[in-house]
Amino acid sequence: VCPTDAVVARPGTLQLDLGRCLFCGDCEQACPTAALTFTQDHQLATSDRQALAQHSGDVAPLVATLAQEMRRTFGRSLKLRQVSAGGCAGCEAEVNALNNTTYDLSRFGIQLVASPRHADGLVITGPVTENMRLALEKTYAALPTPKLAIAVGACAISGGLYANLPETHSGAASVVPVDLFVPGCPPHPITMLDGLLRWLGKLPTKAPAGR
Amino acid sequence: MRDLPLLSTSTATNLAMEEVPALTPAALRQHLLDAVTAGDRLVSLFGTPTDDDGTPCLAVLASDRDATLTVGRAVITGAWPAMAQTCDQAQLFERELAEQAGVNVTDHPHLTPVRHEIAWGAPRPAAASRTPGVAAYHRIEGDEVHEVAVGPVHAGVIDPAHFRFQCHGERMLSVEMGHGYQHRGVEAALIGGPDRKTVPLFGTLCGDTTVGHTIAGCEALEALGSVIVPPRGQALRALALELERLANHVGDLGALSGDIGYQRTAASCGRLRGGFLNATAVLNGSRLGRGFIRPGGVRHDVTADHVAAIAHLMHDLSPQVADAARAFLDSAGVRGRLEGVGVLTTKDARALGVVGVPARASGLRLDARRDRPTGAYLTLDVPAATTTDGDAYSRALVRWHEIQASVHLVHHLLTTLPDGPTRANADAPLRPNAITTTCVEGWRGELWHTAITGPDGTLARYKVVDPSFHNWPGLMRALRDEAISDFPLCNKSSSLSYESHVDDPVPGGTATASRGVSRATPPRRRRLPTRLRRLRRGVPHRRRRRPPRNAPA
Repeated sequence: VCPTDAVVARPGTLQLDLGRCLFCGDCEQACPTAALTFTQDHQLATSDRQALAQHSGDVAPLVATLAQEMRRTFGRSLKLRQVSAGGCAGCEAEVNALNNTTYDLSRFGIQLVASPRHADGLVITGPVTENMRLALEKTYAALPTPKLAIAVGACAISGGLYANLPETHSGAASVVPVDLFVPGCPPHPITMLDGLLRWLGKLPTKAPAGR
Repeated sequence: MRDLPLLSTSTATNLAMEEVPALTPAALRQHLLDAVTAGDRLVSLFGTPTDDDGTPCLAVLASDRDATLTVGRAVITGAWPAMAQTCDQAQLFERELAEQAGVNVTDHPHLTPVRHEIAWGAPRPAAASRTPGVAAYHRIEGDEVHEVAVGPVHAGVIDPAHFRFQCHGERMLSVEMGHGYQHRGVEAALIGGPDRKTVPLFGTLCGDTTVGHTIAGCEALEALGSVIVPPRGQALRALALELERLANHVGDLGALSGDIGYQRTAASCGRLRGGFLNATAVLNGSRLGRGFIRPGGVRHDVTADHVAAIAHLMHDLSPQVADAARAFLDSAGVRGRLEGVGVLTTKDARALGVVGVPARASGLRLDARRDRPTGAYLTLDVPAATTTDGDAYSRALVRWHEIQASVHLVHHLLTTLPDGPTRANADAPLRPNAITTTCVEGWRGELWHTAITGPDGTLARYKVVDPSFHNWPGLMRALRDEAISDFPLCNKSSSLSYESHVDDPVPGGTATASRGVSRATPPRRRRLPTRLRRLRRGVPHRRRRRPPRNAPA
């Protein structure tokens, strides 16, 4: 059923890879035993790609905070440059929404800037098309070190729907090292905001009770 | 009446492939040229790459007088003399034919790749072999002419594209755009379907048009499978489509406002856009409507609580949008900045086959919801919002009128939601060796999908033509002789999809359309007077406008 093979049945358990999941809900509707349900949980981002693949009953790990040294450098001021590496523009739209008055990213000291030369990290969306690969590599190279990279959306994490197509690569990590993964198709702005803030140590990394 | 060697049909009808007249390439070409001269629009022309000598090609023409389509096909062997010499609408289609299907197009005024894609079925070429930004762009030579190259990584959060501006001082002599950065190969990936990936692929053709493209794709599958969508499913689809239109039009008014530094409306609309996305999320949890539309209808039914929640959001949002839009459109500063800028004349719009908001802003009364209604639109009264000035202000004004109309449509749909099932069984196999074409008026304009099945009932070819495919050349034409500093607002007032729009579907505009800029175009700088009364003509839901704030009492 799953368009991206995010859900795999293993003996006695189901494995769900949030890095591939489109959150389309086809599996929820197709499942005869209602083993899968979608929730309103927005705390999905993680700094460990492997942690996105969960078995039934697992508790999703929250984002680990950056190393203390990096947090000292970027904690109060993080400048990001967005690179659209061949997606559908859905993730870009939600990244843009972070700037509006509802989410207001800049009040946390995080800003999307116009040039990689001014940035501390990249926000990468899209599966990385072959036509965009060189531009992404050059943009990453143009960042001053130390530098970070954030993969936003199923495409950027795993290639999503476009994994293994001849015209695309399988996500941002196939081209540059990625430090934070924000799953979704596209992720809700709150999911991105939550991931960023925990990453920078502005929200607790301990799971709230009942989760 | 013209003698029609092509078959006349309508959207979302399934035809056996053998019913489609097979012509010689020369006859097809002549017929297309005659039809476009007579006022038809070329809405699709594509080939299917094969290993044989000949390339089967299919053309779809839309006639707007009687809302019919005509289709014809030919197997092209040997050279195809470019229609683009005399027919502007054909230039991108022919570049695509050459690139995608390997047709030998001759005498084309500007035969360069549209998307820099690899030949279908071929292995991925060696690294660094393809960079759309390095290609044969149109160039103007001269001592005082300079070239500006922008992209693919831009300053904003926006899709990648490459622009080459040929400038004399501030004045843009021509602009050409390089597409293909977002080429993911969707059309190739759809072949062999329908399967579990097919519908999600429709939804990611263009992220902001998720609902529109998914409806167009599902209607194609339903036409081929003879599936009838129940009335409640149709109404919910229309509801999602209008919410998508609202979110994007409101967002675009805000973005345009931001581009000219009018912060009040930019800030309001950025927030209000989110309100409409949240209304869409009430339907199924995704702010873009991902996963809502499925073959046969929609996946989730809505409860009375959902309807009440959406109605409440609409009640809350619409006066705020009206406030923000009126402040913007009535501001003397805004009008001074937008009027007369980026004018696309009715004549040019018609010649280039422009659709959607830019077409209506240039006086073409085209709206598929009125002209070729399907589903719930068969019984809805959709006003055509047109103006005739064709400038950036007109495009903003058309959006505002469509916002008002969509608010009424949403209200109407919510209060008249039919009972019954939301989805019909669509598991039946598709009709083999058949073809269908569907058209949906997305928020950006007409979305044309054409599906062809093979002998086994799977998709043998799928063609998507996004409105941006027609509208980029229109924008490039409108930009000529404008100041380069006006590019952002011309661009934003047209609000086209870069890629995506282009992925497969799209894109590609070139400034040098068939009538190259090299033939000196006389400077065309006109300040059009504002003619509110004319603007009002044909506009829905007339309201008394407040006079501009600085008007004498």
